[in-house]
Amino acid sequence: MIEGARWQRWLYFYCPLSVFVLGLLFPFYWMLVTTFRPDGELYRPWNRANYTPFWTTNPTLEHIYYLFRETLFSAWLWNTMFIAIVSTLISVFCGLLAGYALARLRFRLAGGLGTSIFVTYLVPPTLLFIPLADVIRTFRLADTPWALILTYPTFLIPFCTWLLMGYFKTIPRELEECARIDGASRIQAMLKIIFPIATPGILSAGIFAFTLSWNEFIYALVFINTPHQKTVPVGVVSELIRGDVFFWGPLMAGALLGSIPVAMIYSFFVEHYVAGLTGSVKG
Amino acid sequence: MSPNSTAVDVAATARVRPARSLRLRLRSRSAVAVLMCLPLLALIGGLVAYPFFYSIYLSMLNKRETAFVGLANFAYLTTRETFWMVVRMSFLFTFLAVFWKAVLGFTLAVVINALPQRGQRVWRGISLIPWVMPLALSSLGWWWIYEPTHSALNWVLVVVGISPKPWLSDPFWAKFSVILVNIWYGTPFFMITYLAGLKSIPVELYESSAIDGASAPQRLRYITLPMLKNIIAVTMLFSTIVTLATFDIIRVLTRGGPRQTTHVFGTYAFELGIATGDVPLGAAVSLFMFPILAVSAFFILRGIRQSTA
Repeated sequence: MIEGARWQRWLYFYCPLSVFVLGLLFPFYWMLVTTFRPDGELYRPWNRANYTPFWTTNPTLEHIYYLFRETLFSAWLWNTMFIAIVSTLISVFCGLLAGYALARLRFRLAGGLGTSIFVTYLVPPTLLFIPLADVIRTFRLADTPWALILTYPTFLIPFCTWLLMGYFKTIPRELEECARIDGASRIQAMLKIIFPIATPGILSAGIFAFTLSWNEFIYALVFINTPHQKTVPVGVVSELIRGDVFFWGPLMAGALLGSIPVAMIYSFFVEHYVAGLTGSVKG
Repeated sequence: MSPNSTAVDVAATARVRPARSLRLRLRSRSAVAVLMCLPLLALIGGLVAYPFFYSIYLSMLNKRETAFVGLANFAYLTTRETFWMVVRMSFLFTFLAVFWKAVLGFTLAVVINALPQRGQRVWRGISLIPWVMPLALSSLGWWWIYEPTHSALNWVLVVVGISPKPWLSDPFWAKFSVILVNIWYGTPFFMITYLAGLKSIPVELYESSAIDGASAPQRLRYITLPMLKNIIAVTMLFSTIVTLATFDIIRVLTRGGPRQTTHVFGTYAFELGIATGDVPLGAAVSLFMFPILAVSAFFILRGIRQSTA
């Protein structure tokens, strides 16, 4: 697609693109450098002559040790993992059933239901967190992981259903009809033919749901108050900011390590994220 | 014959009709379908629809939730200067952020789309990273970048000859900073959807226009933009909803400060409803978002119907 000489390609495409992408990634690099930078260097103002912002010559692990020994960081990691996995399983299960029903079983409510799921997907958590906090309190779920395991599916299920519905629609009906002619029941055809073919879609929905639950902030902030029950984003934001000034190291270590599970899943399943994103928007 | 008796007749004939297997199967199929959607319906009903209406009810109570006050909370909010500041900030934030995300996302998509096929996946994968990572945590990274005396940002400014800025402590720069982080976070999302849109434009259109002698800007103006009109609009509307409902960035970076100047609906509702305990007033603030959300949702649905029809 690119016309012109090699140097033009570099000048007009690769150079601006590289600068822009470096800008996109800089905050993560900044977290990384801070995580390994000793306190003595961290508190050197930028107008000092020996200020070296982008690297450090004496990397240290003390912030990471501090994070795991002196704070509840490992508890937050487990909480987040547990909540994200359970709510993902619930959401993918509900999404599979509803997505299949909406895509395959022509029934009278299908159109209206599809629209209402999409509308639910558009409802932002910021609109509902105040009444939901009341509901959670009424059911005595506040300060338990179940407050989040039950509320995360409110935005995960619509997403999973929408994504899987789109995926099921791309699978030719004939496959299922053949199985039915060969004597399979509808349930058998669904479980043995359609769901296996839909595995990439299910994987997309699953990793997306996991990421969204891992990253969620406002519900976790509002519904959980006990420090050892918090999730990683809320714990790092609310418990690691201390009164004195020497907290940037552990704080950035927490932000970086708290992002790593998502980063790892992302690096393995990039294409599934892209498929999930574009699939959900195109509908 | 009364309408009632016809209904009974129809039901009776249906019951005695011998060849009913098809009808029965249809009926059982929709029963199965409803059953399969039941978990979803229960959840949407109990944790989305009910809280929404409950929120309307809550917003009409007094502070101690003991008496019904009608629209008094909404009326009270409209008399408060802080509230109008929140409204202005929310609109400014949404407008600037969505505009720049669309412009940068589109540019990035066009540039990546022009690269050789093999490189595209890598660039696309790297550019999406800010959108995938936990926003509350990356906002912490930004918080440290904006730190005025120890961080690299002011150092870089001084090196290139610009005076250092009080990033988060001055109202103007604080607004600038939170909007910048939102643009940083949301641009990859626009890039991905626009890139998918660009891929769906038939190559023949570009080829025939190239034969007719159209220049690159002309192709962009007369092929790419018209072909992507719908996806551009839907993505911007979708982002309007998400951006208006921003919470993480502002909560982490400024907590609404300095002097309440960076509050948006979400953070102000949190401040009133959760932090200071005036639940009804907080619910009322959240509900002020609703009209804009509803209008955006309506046009998104219409846009999607048009593109799939």
